[in-house]
Amino acid sequence: MSLELRNVSKVVGNEVHIFPTDLTLEDEGFNILLGTTLAGKTTLMQLMAGLQRPTEGEVWFRGRNVTGVPVQQRNVSMVYQQFINYPNFDVFENIASPLRVAGVNGAEIKSRVLAVSDLLRLTPMLNRRPSELSGGQQQRTALARALVKDADLVLLDEPLANLDFKLREELRDELPKLLSGRGCTVVYATTEPSEALLLGGHTAALAKGRVRQFGPTGTVYRQPANLESAAIFSEPPINTIAVRKAGHRLLAPGGLDWPIPGPLASAADGDYMLALRPHNVAIKRRRETDTPLTGNVLVTEISGSESVIHFELPNDTWVSQSHGVHRVAVGSTGTFFADLGQAMMFTPDGVRVKGGV
Amino acid sequence: MARITLEDLAHTYFDPAEGDVEWAVRRLDLEWADGGAFALLGPSGCGKTTLLNIMSGLLRPTRGRILFDDRDVTGLSPEARNIAQVFQFPVVYDTMSVYDNIAFPLRNRGMAEAEIAPRVAEIAELTELTPMLRQRAAGLTADGKQKISLARGLVRPDVNLVMFDEPLTVIDPHLKWVLRSKLRELHQRVRTTMIYVTHDQTEALTFADQVVVMNAGEVVQIGTPVELFEQPQHTFVGHFIGSPGMNVLPAKIENGTALFGGQPVEVANPVAAAEGVVELGIRPEFVRFAPTGIPATVTNVADAGRYRIIDTESRGHSIKLLVDEGEPIPSGAVNLGFAPGQTRLYRDGWLIGGAGR
Amino acid sequence: MNKTADNRAWLLVTPVVLLVAFNALIPLMTVVNYSVQETFGDNTFFWSGVTWFEQVLRDPRFHGALGRQLFFTGTILLIEIPLGVAIALTMPRRGTWVSVCLVLMALPLLIPWNVVGAMWNIMALPDIGLLGHTLNSMGIDYNYTRQPVSAWVTLIAMDVWHWTSLVVLLAYAGLVSIPEAYYQAAKIDGAKPWAVFRYIQLPKMKRVLTIAVLLRFMDSFMIYTEPSVLTGGGPGSSTTLLSIDLVKTALGQFDLGPAAATSLVYFLIVLAVSWIFYTLMMRTEES
Repeated sequence: MSLELRNVSKVVGNEVHIFPTDLTLEDEGFNILLGTTLAGKTTLMQLMAGLQRPTEGEVWFRGRNVTGVPVQQRNVSMVYQQFINYPNFDVFENIASPLRVAGVNGAEIKSRVLAVSDLLRLTPMLNRRPSELSGGQQQRTALARALVKDADLVLLDEPLANLDFKLREELRDELPKLLSGRGCTVVYATTEPSEALLLGGHTAALAKGRVRQFGPTGTVYRQPANLESAAIFSEPPINTIAVRKAGHRLLAPGGLDWPIPGPLASAADGDYMLALRPHNVAIKRRRETDTPLTGNVLVTEISGSESVIHFELPNDTWVSQSHGVHRVAVGSTGTFFADLGQAMMFTPDGVRVKGGV
Repeated sequence: MARITLEDLAHTYFDPAEGDVEWAVRRLDLEWADGGAFALLGPSGCGKTTLLNIMSGLLRPTRGRILFDDRDVTGLSPEARNIAQVFQFPVVYDTMSVYDNIAFPLRNRGMAEAEIAPRVAEIAELTELTPMLRQRAAGLTADGKQKISLARGLVRPDVNLVMFDEPLTVIDPHLKWVLRSKLRELHQRVRTTMIYVTHDQTEALTFADQVVVMNAGEVVQIGTPVELFEQPQHTFVGHFIGSPGMNVLPAKIENGTALFGGQPVEVANPVAAAEGVVELGIRPEFVRFAPTGIPATVTNVADAGRYRIIDTESRGHSIKLLVDEGEPIPSGAVNLGFAPGQTRLYRDGWLIGGAGR
Repeated sequence: MNKTADNRAWLLVTPVVLLVAFNALIPLMTVVNYSVQETFGDNTFFWSGVTWFEQVLRDPRFHGALGRQLFFTGTILLIEIPLGVAIALTMPRRGTWVSVCLVLMALPLLIPWNVVGAMWNIMALPDIGLLGHTLNSMGIDYNYTRQPVSAWVTLIAMDVWHWTSLVVLLAYAGLVSIPEAYYQAAKIDGAKPWAVFRYIQLPKMKRVLTIAVLLRFMDSFMIYTEPSVLTGGGPGSSTTLLSIDLVKTALGQFDLGPAAATSLVYFLIVLAVSWIFYTLMMRTEES
């Protein structure tokens, strides 16, 4: 039995921050809250922590109703996007601070701080002040403080967002190892789908104050229950297009006419929303069955090993993601190859009917 | 516009007379071609901001010269150098309208209003600020303000160089990619020499034709995005660019053969007998499971959606590899194959047979 | 925000409520009470309505004091604000001299008000005072106890000496909060020092200057101790500001009713001007 939200909602003034939500978190592994800024991730976390009181509904933790129990009376720790440490304490005292508040004796404080600082590779810096540390070390210190008190509930609110790219990668790899086997429930908020995927565990896809889907991270990614959930879990943005299925053809506005791919063939004729992740639209033909698409190139982005190209279809903007560095001039006409066999089909109001594995 | 040459440049914030001081920028010779789009990429503390301030004239180098074309500008102030800079945090003149902000540098130089108006109109069109010209600059969003900063630089007909210092730091994540590619597009149209300073590989590789990678006060590689990915000249570049970064493994050279853990490995660069620390570099993209090869054990599998990042351990060293979605992953004892064309030897961090320091 | 609902929290504000009651509400109510009654000093009171207010508002003596008060406040604002900003601009923004400057600037603010009055009183004595003697030996006929002009000059000089530091410190706080990038951008844009002041420093100081003007207005409008020690309102009534006039009426003549009415009018003027000023400043802020 872990943390459970029972019909929890939060309304501030006339604004609904969280619509009535039922959610039971997992004890093992990460519980990831994935969504864009203002999706409600922070509010949801604060409701879980007891920093905010739900307008309606109940919060249960390990079989006990903790609605309205203030955060001081719960064993909760939290790490924020900003590196929050006591500027006048050295690293040791920063990590020790929750234990001092709890009145733990000196010898035990020392051994517990040392154990955590070893784990987070902070031992050589124990005598330094936060201002003398790099961003990564500062955030490690904040994490150490969260871990040292053996909290029952650990809440991480975009803890890697303010770190340099490489530090982020490093800490992201370490986090699951650091938090596993501690007997705590972990909640992790992020805006980045790739981060959610790599951390694994379970994911709640959030949009506009609603949990659109909750389940094992891989399942939410591969079998999104609805179009919104698929869109939340796609970076670059997922490609969508309104189509009409007629026999063995898919017809789309602007005269697009594609043969229907096998996995979608059994759907009844009618109107659908088709969604295809960007990596299924490549700059090179990979299969005989790939469907060529041409369009005006809007944007080319290159990361270390990938090229992301945004281009125009008659009514929509689509994105192609390919391996390697491909610089396509903005404003030119590009041809891209879509593997429609990987597409997912949703009803016009966004419920998945076909596709996905 | 100008070609910019840095000649035997070095800088320290301490007194060099004291002998063994820490250098923020170590000996550096570099030429930025006229009209190019460059990026200066490196982790925080690598000296890139110091170099930026030296080029803009806010800092006088301890040693060396800066030439704009053939003119020595080392001792000249920023305004005498005719450069423009876009800062990390947007700088706009709050009390002025967007129009007055853009016109400001021209008015300071005594240009007639009749000349200013068409010039401002042209640059506003280019930076998509036309609809906001009459608004007060203070009321714009962060990306709007950064556009104003940029427009103030571009509006001067004689500007030699535009520099960007982490310009997207305060931009909303979902707007970042738009602005990122807009900047490149803009460069293609105005063809002013531009230097983009950042720690973010995607920003650097998207914007620039030539990327200068810095680490610990020195330039480790200058190259196109493809070169940086495919032929890292230094293990740091291999690690810093690409996600996850290059695997770097200890190696030995015996009788003209490269060995990892006593086992011969075929490499792409010359295997000269070498002093110093010899290492083997191979990107996770180019490691495969193979029937025979380097013995290893799979320790972790992280799902990244369209591929998986596999952590393996071989003789006490971690080797990462990428496996596409849907491909099988063997368990237990496995063998790894390194693509020979993409496996390279490094000595003391530098590519053997490469351009070196 | 994150509130924990607990009604016991009200207990925590009780001391403040009590303090405000004793400090402000009760005295104010007493004054209101006096202002609408007539007394002959034997603790018997008669209802007099708005008589005192009518009398005060028509009284040439009140008009004179109010006029002098407005002149005083206007003059010191016109001198202290620009002077304070100018001094703040010349102060170093980093290095060892920063703390030295700040301490020097803070010194006048640390001196008790009556001591300031006494200091200037002695310093300006025409025969033995450093200032008075120097001026006279330079052939300037200066005697603040006899000539209204001398008295005014001394009064204003004293206030400027005492309070410009406050403006300096506030303006300085505003200046140091301007990020370095603004100055760099201005350099790159080729802005002249005047343009840097006009478009960067002044707009960024606006908030603190608003506070400085407001504080200086309220303080100078209610000034009592220093002029009372220095000139006692003289020579004649030439430097009798509102507060001095009020004390003369209330304690000198024991006209409690008119004094109470005067103080209420006085209070309302300060309140109204401050409010108008504040609203105007906030309105320009938003637009």
